[in-house]
Amino acid sequence: MWIANLPPFVVFFVFALFAPVLKGRLRALLLLAPVWGGLNLAMTAADSGGVTWQFTDLILDLYYVDRLSLLFGYLFHIAAFIALIYSLHVKDSVQQVSGLLYAGSALGAVFAGDMLTVFIFWELLAVTSAFLIWARRTPEAIRAANRYVVIQVLSGVLMLTGVVMLYQQTGTLRLAYIGLEGTAAWLIFIALGIKCAFPFFHTWLTDAYPLATPTGTLYLSAFTTKVAIYLLARTFPGEPLLIYIGAAMTCFPIFYAVIENDLRKVLAYSLINQLGFMVCGIGVGTALALNGAVAHAFNDVIFKGLLFMTMGAVLTRVGHVNGSDLGGLYKTMPRTTVFCLVGAASISAFPLFSGFVSKSMVMAALLEQDQLIVWLMLLFASAGVFHHAGIKIPFFAFFAHDSGLRPKEAPLNMQLAMAIGAILCIAIGVHPEWLYGLLPWQNDYSPYDMTHTLTQLQLLFFSALAFVWLNKQGLYPPELRSVNIDVEWFYRRLLPASGNRVVNTLVNARSAFRQNVRIIADQFARRSTPMPTGTVTILTRRMAWVFIALMLLVIGSLLL
Amino acid sequence: MSHQHKDDGLFDDPRVVTWILRVFYGICAALVLVDFIVHRHIYTAVEKIPAFYALYGFVACVLLVFAAKGLRTLLMRKEDYYDAQAGQNQKTQEDDR
Repeated sequence: MWIANLPPFVVFFVFALFAPVLKGRLRALLLLAPVWGGLNLAMTAADSGGVTWQFTDLILDLYYVDRLSLLFGYLFHIAAFIALIYSLHVKDSVQQVSGLLYAGSALGAVFAGDMLTVFIFWELLAVTSAFLIWARRTPEAIRAANRYVVIQVLSGVLMLTGVVMLYQQTGTLRLAYIGLEGTAAWLIFIALGIKCAFPFFHTWLTDAYPLATPTGTLYLSAFTTKVAIYLLARTFPGEPLLIYIGAAMTCFPIFYAVIENDLRKVLAYSLINQLGFMVCGIGVGTALALNGAVAHAFNDVIFKGLLFMTMGAVLTRVGHVNGSDLGGLYKTMPRTTVFCLVGAASISAFPLFSGFVSKSMVMAALLEQDQLIVWLMLLFASAGVFHHAGIKIPFFAFFAHDSGLRPKEAPLNMQLAMAIGAILCIAIGVHPEWLYGLLPWQNDYSPYDMTHTLTQLQLLFFSALAFVWLNKQGLYPPELRSVNIDVEWFYRRLLPASGNRVVNTLVNARSAFRQNVRIIADQFARRSTPMPTGTVTILTRRMAWVFIALMLLVIGSLLL
Repeated sequence: MSHQHKDDGLFDDPRVVTWILRVFYGICAALVLVDFIVHRHIYTAVEKIPAFYALYGFVACVLLVFAAKGLRTLLMRKEDYYDAQAGQNQKTQEDDR
């Protein structure tokens, strides 16, 4: 029944092989991957680990188990389970296969025991997830996926370079604390930073996530960034720079989120905001802070997934998620509305919902370390996240003015997936000890005391009061169909524009050159010297050229 | 409800909305009152300000919205801002051929 020492990714990869042949109701069999895989992990984790794969001289450690990798392992099984239920109705087997491969790659990365294995799964994450964006098959989604792949693979290349350098310096590939010192460490840090959506590296996320299929965005929101968080917690815990990066990540996206019209893009920005809390926690590096960071990652996968699921349901039924053209959907999508409200309450950290029990750990850890300014920034971000993800998303989609849209309620399997997400959000909020029991470090934190509950309620209710007041005064910015420029402007606008200029200049130069060559060739032709012809002659000539080039290289290298 | 269109939902009735808002204002007021009655733990100096969290939440959100509105003048472009560029590229490529 159970197989010890079976790396969890293998289960997902095997099921991915069968996914294309399972049609109709048989597709439900795919659920066995996370269910059996998760149970197998739970039953055998205690006596598993140390599975290696000999590859020439290298020994890859494919299955390393400790409490940290186990927490993320369970989380990814839950996320894959929810995502598979959510996508049961999807007939496009590309999404089923790439979803399973993607979830498997994430599991491979968190159970990897050495940096090279991490790198392999890091690249697999990039490639498999891109298919979830390509699967939307609209021109802008395809272009966004292309940009996404370039940036993701770039992150992989940086990581590989860093890993190789680190191996040369230390002689070991083991995945352990690195610390931010030296070029190798910085390269790995930046590689992780790209997938973790550090400021200025974040636009792949806000660019591609809103353009994926409903299922695709759900998968995407769960895995890539959380693998990066896991690796940061392993390799750079207690790095002070991360506190400031995290604080910036919590604050800047909320401004974008307020003025963004595409509600899935609003969620993408708020995903960065939530990652900021985790990065901050990792930066503080105390047991409480690290526990808070990984607990928040756990909760975020579920509540952010829930919010993406509700918006995916709206996208499926209405065809778009523009705040400016939605409203009043609660009339025909009441269950989706309720699920969205649960997700909104969780991300806003309302007491009795999951966000409350994990975000507060990071905040408490910051106060313990006397990081007052950063704490105030995170408090501002907490108010802000309630404002855009907690109020704006449900309000503009399901309430606000009646848009006249009367879409059907979401498909049954989507409702089921959302219900599971919503139940988990409330269950963890009410019984935080269930999650706390899984946390890797020593933990005696208790979120429900009088002070904390009261202050959080004050913060949230008065943020809501601000929304009500601004709306009543007509000061709240209306939802407008627009694009807000972000860092991506550099590579979507400036780079193509300047690139165009360079290409044009080169093209002009080439035609001028060709013309000159033609003139010279004509002059030669007039002299009517017979040119060498025949395959052998041409081959010899080419070889001669190669020889000359090689000689030049050798001479050059000798001189230098 | 009989005078209303059958398509109307619960929240189309202004009386319902008024009541929800009244309850909401009531809770807000209660939360501030409780702040003066209950002794809450103080970890940093700023928390000594009465109803600090309520004030901070309100001011933060108002500032956030005004700042974001201001940013719109700087950041907002037409919906096809990037696509227009892409379309132009495509056109030049076709011209090249």
